[in-house]
Amino acid sequence: MTEQLLKVRDLKIEGRSDETWNPIINGAGFDLKKGEVLGLIGESGAGKSTLGLAAMGFTRDGCRISGGSVEFDGIDLVNASADVKRNLLGKRIAYVAQSAAASFNPAHKLIDQHTEAAVQHNVLSRADSEADGIELYRKLRLPNPEEIGFRYPHQVSGGQLQRAMTAMAMACRPDLIIFDEPTTALDVTTQIEVLASIREIVEEFDTAAIYITHDLAVVAQMADRIKVMLKGDEVEEAETREMLSNPKEEYTKSLWAVRSFQRPQKPAVQTGSTPVVSVKNVTAAYGKVKVLHDVSFDIHSGRTVAVVGESGSGKSTAARCITGLLPPMQGHIEFDGEVLPLDYRKRNKMQLRQAQMIYQMADTALNPRKTIGELIGRPVQFYMGLTGNEKRRRVEQLLEEIELEPTQYINRLPSELSGGQKQRIGIARALAAEPKFIICDEVTSALDQLVAEGILKLLAKLQDELGLSYMFITHDLATVKSISDEVVVMKDGRVVEQGPKDEMFKPPHHAYTDLLLSSVPEMDPDWLTDLLKQRGVDNIGDAAVSNM
Amino acid sequence: MSFWVETVLLLAAMCAGGWIFRFVGRKVTNNKPFFRDMSYGVAFGYVLGAAVLVWLIWAYMLSRSSDMMVANKYFFLGKAIEGFLIFAVAAWIFRLFGRKVGTEGSRKLFRSMPLTASFGIMIILIYAILAIFAAGIAPHGQEEVFARANIVPGGDVNLGGDPAFPLGTDQIGRDILSRLIYGAQNTVGIAFVTTCLAFFVGGSLGFLAATLGGWTDQLLSRAVDVLMAIPALIFSLLLITVASAWFTGFGLTVSMVVIIAMIDSTRVYRLARAVGINIVVMDYIEAAKLRGEGLAYLVFREILPNATAPLLAEFGLRFCFVFLTISALSFLGVGIQPPLADWGTMVKDLSSFINYAVVAPQIASAPLLAAGAIALLTVAVNFVVDWMLHKSSGLKE
Repeated sequence: MTEQLLKVRDLKIEGRSDETWNPIINGAGFDLKKGEVLGLIGESGAGKSTLGLAAMGFTRDGCRISGGSVEFDGIDLVNASADVKRNLLGKRIAYVAQSAAASFNPAHKLIDQHTEAAVQHNVLSRADSEADGIELYRKLRLPNPEEIGFRYPHQVSGGQLQRAMTAMAMACRPDLIIFDEPTTALDVTTQIEVLASIREIVEEFDTAAIYITHDLAVVAQMADRIKVMLKGDEVEEAETREMLSNPKEEYTKSLWAVRSFQRPQKPAVQTGSTPVVSVKNVTAAYGKVKVLHDVSFDIHSGRTVAVVGESGSGKSTAARCITGLLPPMQGHIEFDGEVLPLDYRKRNKMQLRQAQMIYQMADTALNPRKTIGELIGRPVQFYMGLTGNEKRRRVEQLLEEIELEPTQYINRLPSELSGGQKQRIGIARALAAEPKFIICDEVTSALDQLVAEGILKLLAKLQDELGLSYMFITHDLATVKSISDEVVVMKDGRVVEQGPKDEMFKPPHHAYTDLLLSSVPEMDPDWLTDLLKQRGVDNIGDAAVSNM
Repeated sequence: MSFWVETVLLLAAMCAGGWIFRFVGRKVTNNKPFFRDMSYGVAFGYVLGAAVLVWLIWAYMLSRSSDMMVANKYFFLGKAIEGFLIFAVAAWIFRLFGRKVGTEGSRKLFRSMPLTASFGIMIILIYAILAIFAAGIAPHGQEEVFARANIVPGGDVNLGGDPAFPLGTDQIGRDILSRLIYGAQNTVGIAFVTTCLAFFVGGSLGFLAATLGGWTDQLLSRAVDVLMAIPALIFSLLLITVASAWFTGFGLTVSMVVIIAMIDSTRVYRLARAVGINIVVMDYIEAAKLRGEGLAYLVFREILPNATAPLLAEFGLRFCFVFLTISALSFLGVGIQPPLADWGTMVKDLSSFINYAVVAPQIASAPLLAAGAIALLTVAVNFVVDWMLHKSSGLKE
């Protein structure tokens, strides 16, 4: 059992851009024993995926291994010939990608893709591999294991697809599997299911694994050891429990401390005061499919209301109703007590100005061909009628408010900014209209934790300074805890529960709220084990939701 | 029969050659990854390429042979090889020049430029200069008729040429070189105007349909479907016939420009709408709509800047098609009218000489000069467009 399966020594990887080779990994190394799980963690751009792929002796196009060695079971993967690698990859080393939906070939049935590797490598016959696939599906607790393999990828849900992908990686019973953020794109309740089944099957077949993620709580459940990466450098490596309880490096400590930001709950709103935005009995539909059923909630001045729910629960649709992009079938929206026209095209400039929106993907929310000055300057000019020097001064003032140096950023294009900076520009554009109310649609979910923290603090600061009201749409309960005053929980287009934050995080809950809350991974490495004991293996994730 | 036997033997030799090439490569380089991971198909490709190269050199030698019968057989291939080499060297020098001279930005552009693109840019520049300064560059007027008709191109007196007319004269004694230069002005100029018109109409309507959607989109798109269902060349012939009867005041050229622009704008519409629909769903368009922006701002300030790359690429391709359509119409006699020089008309007027290709390739080359001018520009524009597409795809998608 002490046999070393994978030895990576002083690995250096370079990427090609602008005709020169720039380092991506500056010397990383680790050992992996048989049956051991190593967690690789770091922010985006830390080189964790590149390192994971290099453990298979593979680099993406435009990258090269410029030094160091990768030794898998005595075979030098850096200098191995294509034939040697072909015999290893898929058979003894397998890879599970982040997006199973994008990684399956949509034109073939799951089982056909499952058997391909085993048949190709002469491990099993097609019939045996099919039977084995069904067995694996059963082990991974996929519904209808007999039939699910004969569906096409689009006929299967995201979480199920991710498990089918894990089953596929297991098809040849490899010695090593590399999981590249397998649960990042999933809802919390689904994530749990995938985590549980991955952990179980890796233990059962004594497979070594490299688990790449940016989520500390997830890696705490999965890994025996954790390695922290930062901008291509290794920061530290230790056993999971030791790493969690006793991190040595400053950077690791800062990662651990991220979830500490929390603002105090504001006092209850005086009864009888007019809410800034009031959603009254709204029912909305796309075509004939109803997606919102009789939704009502209020947002008071200077407060943050978090709308929580899984994907498909209707929280973004509620925002579209408020902005007027999707006129509701029934019900109406009140702004400062005044009923707004349902369609945004019928609203006047003043009404449009008062409610602004910040988007999840800053990449698609900022026109890539416009400079920062133009992006923020447009609403200033459009609503306030400022031009020339006045406009420029106002833009600079806004940039200062979002803590970006004006002279340095005003002439840049969005592509020249980092993700967090882009999101700050999105905030500045919303502020430029001098609104009372801002809808934040998953504004932090595409960002690294440290950066997201900065954005949340900025939003809180702006709220205190300008008396803004926020509708904060999110699926991340940690975010809800840190920023909200009131919480609205949605499921299947209905408001399940709503109330002040402090009450919402204390029992008794509605059963669904309870499920959501208890599905958020915690740093405790025993959390998943305990939860499974408590809920029972067949009553987690989707199964638990559908049992309700 | 022996031809087939030879072909089969040659193929067998090349199959063996591929294997030997890879085997020797592995031995000599001591199993470098290049040879170690080479598949047999790739090795065969190398050998095939080498064989073609050897044949081309051999054919070029034959085209220089003193035996006129043999030389004539390989005359055009020889000229093509010469042209290829000359243009390749010229493009290389042009790129070298571009890397040394100009602003920092343009020098950087030339540094990352493939040879094909620099060839394309060079040719387009040459054409543009010829078209703009045609009157100054051309030795004679386009309508000037000389005493001797049908002088053979090449300027070789023994073969019926005349050094005063290096590319010869046509069937009524007009200087072909001058007419080629004026043709650049007429054909390329008209094609450019037509393409611009097609882009203005098609692009605006396409973006409009993408932004508004609903009934506007349905109406415009179905109308375009109907127009596109009719074969373009036949449709334009028909419309030009109608126009020549109805709009006698404008002259055939103007109505031709408008008609070709209308027909080609349907293709531009399709592209602009497709590109526009992908941009319209972006959040920044939603943000602009929610801000209360008007339609013109949405189309020209938000959508258009993001659609320039694919539209520019399409502009190059569309220009080629328009240009070929005009040449085809002129060849059929309804395009640019004499006495204006036009490449399509020139090919038509001299086309009967093509039959002499076997016995006297110099005579047959008279109509091919104009055809070559068309082909060269088309290839050049396509090279530049390929390069631009490649560059823009590196940024997005």
